[in-house]
Amino acid sequence: MNEFSQLLHSQFLWFALAAGLLVAVVSGPLGCFAVWRRMAYFGDTLAHSALLGVTLGFVLHIQSTLAVGASSCLLALLLVYFHRHQNLSIDTLLGILSHSMLALGIITVSLLDINVDLLSLLLGDLLAVSGRDLILMAAATVIIALLLWRLWPKLLAFTLHEELAAVEGVNIERVRLALMLMLALLIAIAMKVVGVLLITALLIIPAATARRISSTPEQMAGFASVIGCVSVLLGLAASVIWDSPAGPSIVLAAGILFLLGQFCRREAV
Amino acid sequence: MRLLLGLTKPTSGRVERRPGLRLGYMPQRLQIDATMPMTVGRFLQLGIDGVNIADALARVGAPQLADARLADLSGGEMQRVLLARAAARKPQLMVLDEPTQGVDVGGQSEVYQLIAQLRDELHCGVLLVSHDLHLVMAATDRVLCVNQHICCHGHPEQVSRDPVYLEMFGDKLALYTHQHNHQHGLGGEVVDNSACNHAHRHNHTQNKPDQDAP
Repeated sequence: MNEFSQLLHSQFLWFALAAGLLVAVVSGPLGCFAVWRRMAYFGDTLAHSALLGVTLGFVLHIQSTLAVGASSCLLALLLVYFHRHQNLSIDTLLGILSHSMLALGIITVSLLDINVDLLSLLLGDLLAVSGRDLILMAAATVIIALLLWRLWPKLLAFTLHEELAAVEGVNIERVRLALMLMLALLIAIAMKVVGVLLITALLIIPAATARRISSTPEQMAGFASVIGCVSVLLGLAASVIWDSPAGPSIVLAAGILFLLGQFCRREAV
Repeated sequence: MRLLLGLTKPTSGRVERRPGLRLGYMPQRLQIDATMPMTVGRFLQLGIDGVNIADALARVGAPQLADARLADLSGGEMQRVLLARAAARKPQLMVLDEPTQGVDVGGQSEVYQLIAQLRDELHCGVLLVSHDLHLVMAATDRVLCVNQHICCHGHPEQVSRDPVYLEMFGDKLALYTHQHNHQHGLGGEVVDNSACNHAHRHNHTQNKPDQDAP
């Protein structure tokens, strides 16, 4: 057990835990909106722009989290813009924009001959989170949490019925933009934790698990956060004990919690 | 209607609205994802801060729904809840988009009675869009017939109040016959030929039950 206690004193583990918890806390409520608004595909496609972000960061010598945040925010802005001015549905737009950005990312990687660690991009590199990463992630988390807190009733009204909300005085374009940007920010920071491939899982699974035990939207958001945090704890513990990859372990833990949740009592309200 | 509500910008002309006009809007339908845990009471609160949920629901004759899941409501119950939400804002003008959409036959006339009752209680104007001519004709003061353009407007004719008639919802022709002196092309544009004076049915009828609307 000496080895284990030594591990507990290692900084990278605590950094990894903090990073995972930060992401899980905000991905709970945002995941609820992704489920309610049926935007499950959104995380996946937004994550496609991550490769472009990474190369951008490499070329401009910016930290990758920051660069990915910028590129996914750009994609979100383009989405909102095109959605307003074109008659294309949002999933068609996502398909066009995200894959174009992915293609651009791949081309720049090969033309500039950049050495990108694809595996860590795809699956996350939680145990390599640095102090600077952590500060950026905390900043993004605070921004998302503040926006959620300020806009909560408007976000709910917007989700229930956009036009009704608009008539009742909610500026729905601004709310839509805020939601997209929050998701873009979350994806930038979640990439470090679970990687591009598994981001949607972190968004959707805790929210879906929380659904069965919640009777108000707030409860569901809160439970989703808690379930996300528990998944991070379990996944990280598994990673330490069995040396499994951290990101996929977290997602698997969330999946197992979801399955267990199915045995809970029937849906509350 | 979307123009009047300010949801779309006019391509020409403008919409004049009295400053500070309180609108109560009832959308055609509300489709809520079943994953959203939302009760009727909470839904009403979201629209209006500090609303008395019991009062708002009692007003539309659905006091038992306060704790019901929004996703579980039947068509008729949902329309009542939407109406309750529109009315709870104490509107000066209620805008109703096909208020009987998805309501079963028996419930349709109840919804219209409810609208008339709310209008009297709130002293508000009611602007409603509807396809079922005969039901609304009975209670409206001014009709705006729209088929791509405004065909005609004015008081509806006296409508037959025969209850047997009222239950025959399939037959919409004979109840409200209004005379047109023009015809439509396929695109809805007016084809100017000699007056043919036939009665025909239109896609949209707008009714304004209260002419004293603010």
